[in-house]
Amino acid sequence: MATTTTDRIEKEVLLSAPRARIWRALTDSKEFGAWFRAEFTEPFRPGATIRGRTLYPGYEHLTFGIVIQAIEPERLFSLRWHPYAIDPNVDYSNEPTTLVEFTLEDVDGGTLLRVTESGFDQIPLARRAEALRMNDGGWAAQMKNIEAYLRPAS
Amino acid sequence: MSAARRSPRAGIEAPIFSGLGDPTRLKLVSRLAEGGPQSIRRLTEGSGVTRQAITKHLLVLDQAGLVRGARRGRERVWTLEPRPLDVARRYLDLVSSRWDDALERLRRLVED
Repeated sequence: MATTTTDRIEKEVLLSAPRARIWRALTDSKEFGAWFRAEFTEPFRPGATIRGRTLYPGYEHLTFGIVIQAIEPERLFSLRWHPYAIDPNVDYSNEPTTLVEFTLEDVDGGTLLRVTESGFDQIPLARRAEALRMNDGGWAAQMKNIEAYLRPAS
Repeated sequence: MSAARRSPRAGIEAPIFSGLGDPTRLKLVSRLAEGGPQSIRRLTEGSGVTRQAITKHLLVLDQAGLVRGARRGRERVWTLEPRPLDVARRYLDLVSSRWDDALERLRRLVED
């Protein structure tokens, strides 16, 4: 399948922490929840479908499901989920998911963590527009930015 | 990373600017963005411009793919129409900035 610039996100973070420490932060569900701002009732294991509750400020009431894919010790951790599933009135279960992959690699100066999330082009466009509307940085705010940008300096 | 997401995105914004190269049109888009779909009558109110001028500007915006008109009863109601690619890119920016924040929290967790 062709991959467009709107289909995937790639992040790279160079961390000075030992690889084993980062691996634990990614694959221990409690630790994952601590930085991702979510709560999981079960440990992560390959193939498991796990419910989580978001602790993201303003969205604390929402639960979501993730499906763990690969767990290859200290190298690859991957999962699938419904991105930005923040509307409590929508049943996302029949919609496509995105694939999130975390990989670790030793490099000069520490450990390189790569995060990719792909498959956004399969997510209904209306759903993506809705996420923008529900977000503070959405269309209306963008239009204000454009307006301010175009307003002649006085 | 946070610096990267605040970088100028002129290339993406440019097509929007071309449709908005006029203060009245810019104001129309702002009003539609903030007030939702509206009739020409409502868009004319308080604009200081004639109904005919508003109609003309709406047609320009329509041609640029920025708005869409639909008949509702005896009136035509105009809606802002952000283009699909624009929605897709802005959405990716949104998800991307959430990742930046989350990964920064991850860094603090493992490095402190």
